[in-house]
Amino acid sequence: MPAIHAAGLRRTFDDLVAVAGLDVTVAEGEIFGLVGPDGAGKTTTMRMLTGLLPPTGGTAEVAGCDVVRDTERLKEHIGYMSQRFGLYPDLTVMENLDFYADIYGVPARGRSGRTERLLGFSNLTPFKHRLAGNLSGGMKQKLGLACALIHTPRVLFLDEPTNGVDPVSRRDFWRILYQLVRERVTIFVSTAYLDEAERCNRLALLHQGRLLGLGTPDEVKALMPGALLEVRTAAPRRTAALLRARLAGATVGLFGDCVHVAVADPATAEAAIRGLAAEAGFDLQSLRPIEPSLEDVFVSVLAAREAPADAQ
Amino acid sequence: MRSEPASSAEIVVEVHDLVKRFGTFTAVAGISFAVRRGEIFGFLGPNGAGKSTTIRMLCGLLAPTSGSGRVAGFDIVRETEQIKTRIGYMSQKFSLYDELTVEENIDFYSGIYRLPRAKKSERKEWVLTMAGLRDHRRTRTGVLSGGWKQRLALGCAVLHEPSILFLDEPTSGVDPNSRRRFWDLIYELSGRGVTVFVTTHYMEESEYCDRLGVVYRGELIALGTPRDLKTLHMQEAVLDLECDRPGDARELIERLPEIREAALFGRGVHAVARAADPAPALAAIRAGLAAAGFKLVRLERITPTLEDVFVSLIESRDRADAPQQEVAR
Repeated sequence: MPAIHAAGLRRTFDDLVAVAGLDVTVAEGEIFGLVGPDGAGKTTTMRMLTGLLPPTGGTAEVAGCDVVRDTERLKEHIGYMSQRFGLYPDLTVMENLDFYADIYGVPARGRSGRTERLLGFSNLTPFKHRLAGNLSGGMKQKLGLACALIHTPRVLFLDEPTNGVDPVSRRDFWRILYQLVRERVTIFVSTAYLDEAERCNRLALLHQGRLLGLGTPDEVKALMPGALLEVRTAAPRRTAALLRARLAGATVGLFGDCVHVAVADPATAEAAIRGLAAEAGFDLQSLRPIEPSLEDVFVSVLAAREAPADAQ
Repeated sequence: MRSEPASSAEIVVEVHDLVKRFGTFTAVAGISFAVRRGEIFGFLGPNGAGKSTTIRMLCGLLAPTSGSGRVAGFDIVRETEQIKTRIGYMSQKFSLYDELTVEENIDFYSGIYRLPRAKKSERKEWVLTMAGLRDHRRTRTGVLSGGWKQRLALGCAVLHEPSILFLDEPTSGVDPNSRRRFWDLIYELSGRGVTVFVTTHYMEESEYCDRLGVVYRGELIALGTPRDLKTLHMQEAVLDLECDRPGDARELIERLPEIREAALFGRGVHAVARAADPAPALAAIRAGLAAAGFKLVRLERITPTLEDVFVSLIESRDRADAPQQEVAR
């Protein structure tokens, strides 16, 4: 039985289609990423899958429970960490954990062992008497996670858990997620950061409520038509301007000191770039095909799908 | 280093031994650096590292405890009023009024910057064109998409043609297309000689900068181009491999003594060694995976990502400072 199965899941708010028919299956023990910019429909999807918001169409089952009819049973099997981490700033770390243990009806017996273990695993043991409001962003995030895990859920939902958290804390956080996966917890995580999405087993690229791609990071990357070339010269900005003006059918982007060029036919394009650089007198330091990032894929798949991407 | 025409050797921001203390807490502990005209300079660091305190001193909003600096030719202690008229500031919160139309927001900021009447309409048209909002001038700002809001906010921040622009996590949460369009505008401004200061902890933004300074515990712990940081500042080799059952392989690899950490990444596993020499880690991974019956498809040393570099710099500083440590991240 899959941990999560959604079919045609849809949610509208009046005229606005927030999620436009999502088909997603997540296997037990998988880390599944829901990836997209603000407003893509990530939080709405998550709220439907956690039974907090009824869908306007389609169905979904999580841990074997229907998200509309079985919400009470569903709550016992899932943990949910919202973007605000759901902490009480005027309670201590320990009191927050106790509070969540009460809410979830965690039996008193075995509770302190569970709490100690969660504190240890989130590196919060030395801070257990500190007020949650006085924790740093990274520590709040770990406490939020510990609270979401107090009742030993089988499926964990994390809504943009690393938003506003620095890279070091972000890595610590992922280390914890890997430990959870080892215990067969299924993790459904949303993020606006495409580099982070590479850490998931499988992911869904979401834009304006629709799936742009679904699969392993590798499968999603294969959706990108053509190839990506990296061009280095001593004058990256003038090179980008030149290629934009003269290289037909290519998408040119400047990244600090190098230029990325997405092309349909890399062999022809390489020859054309060499010709243009020679003509303009630019010293071509390197020209090579590179593996596209998920961001490159997102941009090119979106461009192929609709021309004016920014319109509402 | 760049050799673009925009980057003449002219230095427009420079600080020497800048220190800021709040009571017994040292927020900035002696920072020195210089930024050239037209350069895009990224300031990276965890929350509380001293990034914003430094920026506030550069903007003339906060007096340093000691040290000195000049911004756009003016002294950051004595000439703060002159500095304020020559800088633009845009934060991730955008500071736009959602109930006002696009045009009204621009008018509001023209008023704040006291643009002369003749200049006002010229600059307004410039902003509308730059942001691609000519057809939406009477649209309520609140209904614009994130990418448009962001370009409008940028336009408002440069209405008074500042020579230095400060951007605080400018593109967090917007879609990649909009981010690219935004950075195209930034490159254009920089090409005209505007110096751009970016603070962020997102590696996706920092890759766009010409040069990066990494700030931690009030100190500048690394400074260089993104490429310099990846090649010169990384203390540990980074390896990438592909094999069957990557989840199980990751666990095995992370337990090897030669490896500091391993993460699933893309199609395989991304591993950070404990040393700059990759040889022992490569050998250990090969042997470990073979003994456990994994089929290794590819194993190689790769150029680290900026995130690898950032994490490595900060963790090595933490290890060096271990005794005083109460890690509050």
